[in-house]
Amino acid sequence: MKPAAFAYCAPRTLEEAISLLDEHGYDAKLLAGGQSLVPLMNLRLARPTVLVDINRVDGLAFVESGDEVVRIGAMTRHHTVATSSEIRGASPLLSHAAGHIGYRAIRHRGTLGGSLAHADPASELPCVAVTQSATVRVTGSAGERTIRADELFLAEMTTTLAPDEIVTSVAIPRIRPDEGWGFREFVRKVGDFAVVMAAALLRVADGRVASARLGLGGAEGTPRRVTEAEQALVGSVLGAETIEKAARVAAEAVEPTSDIHGSADYRRRLVHAMTRRALQDALGRLEAGHG
Amino acid sequence: MDDVLRQGVEIRLTVNGRKHREVVEPRLLLADFLRQRLGLTGTHLGCEQGVCGSCTVVVDGETMRSCLLFAAQMDGSGVETIEGLADDPDRLHPVQQAFWDHHGLQCGFCTPGMVLTAKALLEENPEPSGAEIREALAGNICRCTGYVFIVDSVKAAAETMASNAPRGESP
Ligand SMILES: Cc1cc2nc3c(=O)[nH]c(=O)nc-3n(C[C@H](O)[C@H](O)[C@H](O)COP(=O)(O)OP(=O)(O)OC[C@H]3O[C@@H](n4cnc5c(N)ncnc54)[C@H](O)[C@@H]3O)c2cc1C
Ligand code: FES
Ligand code: FES
Repeated sequence: MKPAAFAYCAPRTLEEAISLLDEHGYDAKLLAGGQSLVPLMNLRLARPTVLVDINRVDGLAFVESGDEVVRIGAMTRHHTVATSSEIRGASPLLSHAAGHIGYRAIRHRGTLGGSLAHADPASELPCVAVTQSATVRVTGSAGERTIRADELFLAEMTTTLAPDEIVTSVAIPRIRPDEGWGFREFVRKVGDFAVVMAAALLRVADGRVASARLGLGGAEGTPRRVTEAEQALVGSVLGAETIEKAARVAAEAVEPTSDIHGSADYRRRLVHAMTRRALQDALGRLEAGHG
Repeated sequence: MDDVLRQGVEIRLTVNGRKHREVVEPRLLLADFLRQRLGLTGTHLGCEQGVCGSCTVVVDGETMRSCLLFAAQMDGSGVETIEGLADDPDRLHPVQQAFWDHHGLQCGFCTPGMVLTAKALLEENPEPSGAEIREALAGNICRCTGYVFIVDSVKAAAETMASNAPRGESP
């Protein structure tokens, strides 16, 4: 189908974009990469009457390396997140996960900010943002604020953003050289949305796990860290047995959704398998001596 | 309100090297602009939701889905479609020739997207493995061929392009 008629605006500044959103409220929609919004418009599941295209707004696509975090502009395309050496150097986990989004033609256009704002539970970037405790900077008519990634996602396709708020950048903490990471997802075919994904980030000191982060996507309505499994890992000696135990704890901790792509029980099994493999990858990277 | 919704947007863009200046309705998809306004019907529309790849075109050097872009967004852009690939109809691009020679198509619906996606792959990775070819084409659906001859065609195109590469340069 074709989209319903709308008025098109392509502001050059953030202020202009915000005032358009403020003026038109729920009738307006931001257009970033359009890789989620335009399919919905073509299917007429979304019928905004005003489209505010932010592709021409200056200063929303950048990568800024700091000591603690890498800050990435909201309009940075998935392809750049996947291939930029600056981003890969700061968070190889984020880069790797971005490479799993759809196909090349989708990654050339889709954006980091759009992925977070769209809040599809099966999307990679929200899962990594939550796992790494990224912070999201947003600007609206009430001013600027910073949101913790885990506080951004409210439910499936629903965020805590106000209708006139625009995600402007995301700060991802640097992965330290003594941390090992792993990312695994289950897809039926390359480029499909994942059914379940797991992201792991581990630090080992004196032979024992000093800190553990384990995030899941696709299993429930929002991505989240599985603290139960993280606690099971901390203090233990990392090996096949502890990994298996953590995967079991994760599978028991989730309350998976059930839909056409997989039943709750199937997803639970996938949580087990993806968690185990992501942790194994993290262990492998720790043993190889690079995060 | 209806007037506002249909208010045209003026765009200037280059398509296959030719400059155009047009006024478009905001909701006109780039794919429909190419097909209906410019008569470039080589760009096909299958799913209109980004999944099938038949509408793939190259925008400012990158492959993109023309069903997920509005023509109104294209002001200042350069677009290449399947029609722009061969400078002379009797001298096809090596990827096109390989699809012809190796039966990489049957009905031809998926072919423009397949060819443009394969060309982009070979420009970046001149010697892809079978698995790399399949992965690169995973977002292009073909209902006819079963993909085997498409993969063969891309391999053959890689060989022709390597042997055509100027001497002294790595292929
Ligand atoms: C065939 C196909 C396969 C895909 N596969 C995957 C996949 O495997 N994994 C995955 O994660 N995604 C996948 N996607 C979706 C893709 O990642 C999108 O790019 C992403 O979900 C949305 O980003 P966008 O920039 O395209 O946003 P848009 O589509 O432009 O916008 C999406 C929503 O976010 C809002 N929005 C956009 N930017 C902002 C902002 N800066 N601030 C506030 N609100 C904003 C919009 O108003 C809209 O509601 C796929 C898409 C397609 C078509
Ligand atoms: S028509 Fe655009 S991807 Fe199918
Ligand atoms: S040749 Fe018919 S769809 Fe591919």
